[in-house]
Amino acid sequence: MIAVTDTPLARSLAIQMRVIHALLLREVITRYGRHGLGVLWIMLEPMLFTLGVAGLWYLAKLHTVSSIPIIAFAITGYSSVLMWRNAANRCSKAIEPNLALMYHRNVKVIDIFVSRVILEWVGATASLVVLSVLFAGIGAMQWPGDVWLIIVGWVLLGWFALALGLIVGALSERSETFERSWHVVTYLLFPLSGAMFMVHWLPKAAQEAVLWLPMVHGVEMLRHGYFGEVVPTYESPAYFVVANLVLSLLGLLLVQETARRVQPE
Amino acid sequence: MITLSGIRKSYPTRSGLHTVLAGIDLTICPGEKIGILGRNGAGKSTLIRILSGAERPDSGRIQRSMSLSWPLAFGGAFQGSLTGLDNLKFICRVYGVDYRDKIDYVQDFAELGKYFREPVKSYSSGMRSRLAFAISMAVEFDCFLIDEVISVGDARFHAKCQTELFEKRKDRAMVMVSHELHNIKEQCGRVCLLYQGKLLTFEDAGEAYDFYNQNC
Repeated sequence: MIAVTDTPLARSLAIQMRVIHALLLREVITRYGRHGLGVLWIMLEPMLFTLGVAGLWYLAKLHTVSSIPIIAFAITGYSSVLMWRNAANRCSKAIEPNLALMYHRNVKVIDIFVSRVILEWVGATASLVVLSVLFAGIGAMQWPGDVWLIIVGWVLLGWFALALGLIVGALSERSETFERSWHVVTYLLFPLSGAMFMVHWLPKAAQEAVLWLPMVHGVEMLRHGYFGEVVPTYESPAYFVVANLVLSLLGLLLVQETARRVQPE
Repeated sequence: MITLSGIRKSYPTRSGLHTVLAGIDLTICPGEKIGILGRNGAGKSTLIRILSGAERPDSGRIQRSMSLSWPLAFGGAFQGSLTGLDNLKFICRVYGVDYRDKIDYVQDFAELGKYFREPVKSYSSGMRSRLAFAISMAVEFDCFLIDEVISVGDARFHAKCQTELFEKRKDRAMVMVSHELHNIKEQCGRVCLLYQGKLLTFEDAGEAYDFYNQNC
């Protein structure tokens, strides 16, 4: 880079952690305020969404279609969608309202994206855990079979959400067209993302097509962990990891390129 | 010390690239006060932004071996829904300073009273700039960047700011950018002129003023 820095990596990391921490706390107050339920909305918002969808699917009697327990099916599916979709949407056009912060040298474009994605991680994770414990506790669904598999799947989904956030955040800054079409893309990706189906239910050709989408592997892993062997799942953790690596690299490159062009007001 | 060498910056416009800085070299030594004169649009703010690290040059090198402030008394980074205290906390966290040590100082200096704990959007413009200045003084730097004159609040508060910055911190380096001669005359030992993308340095401040009056 052009600016010469003699700052050692460890110190740079410490500064970045400090900045992300500051941005996180700031974001929490600006988004949720101090009144009413305040910061609890981080968790309540995705929870209400998931509950709504679970209720809807239950009323639509989707549980008669398959042997899959519908509540757990909705929770695993919708929580995953919320994770990557919210992360990406919160990063979209995230720089502009924060342009003035760029006057502080240590606040970087990537910090703004990362702090927003962390908030979505916290919200989606809290919602998933609370709903699972709640419904399993009252007996509306079984306790998950393989917690480790769920954790690994969830962490990989979180990684995917971060990579997607970086890409969408950087591209939305660059192009108005991208920002607008992204909404259409998320809308179309939702039914394809594995939230509303098990890969096993699809015809062979559709299975192959849909398994190109990285997040499908995450949802399959989650459901494998929740349901065990009730329905065969088709995840490939290795593919998900490779896809995440590629997307992360792409995201970092795009963010770096955007950071070079960002101009504080 | 802060060293700029060969800094170039241009911006895209509809009619091609517009060059603002065409190769700037500048060295700022500890304790040195440098005034940079320039007309409106000469690139003063661009230079300040590049110095502060808010923007990157197209080419050239910047080396910073002393700490450098953000452009002083700059209130733009305030989030309206946050209180004055929240904004102080944010800045302190970013710069790794314990905000608890600074609350009393900022609250007293900014003279905000109970409004310190109210959202910034309820402030008058005078209150905002007082808060901005007070927060700027909460973090200590080796070198302060001053974009245009600090005209904060009424005459009494203005005098208070002058004391805080130019007397209490007279051992620090400062880079002051202005289109008005008299501000720079008062404080700066060395005067440079930003003219047609280049930084002209003058042996004698008087020469700089003459050149500025004749050509700019």
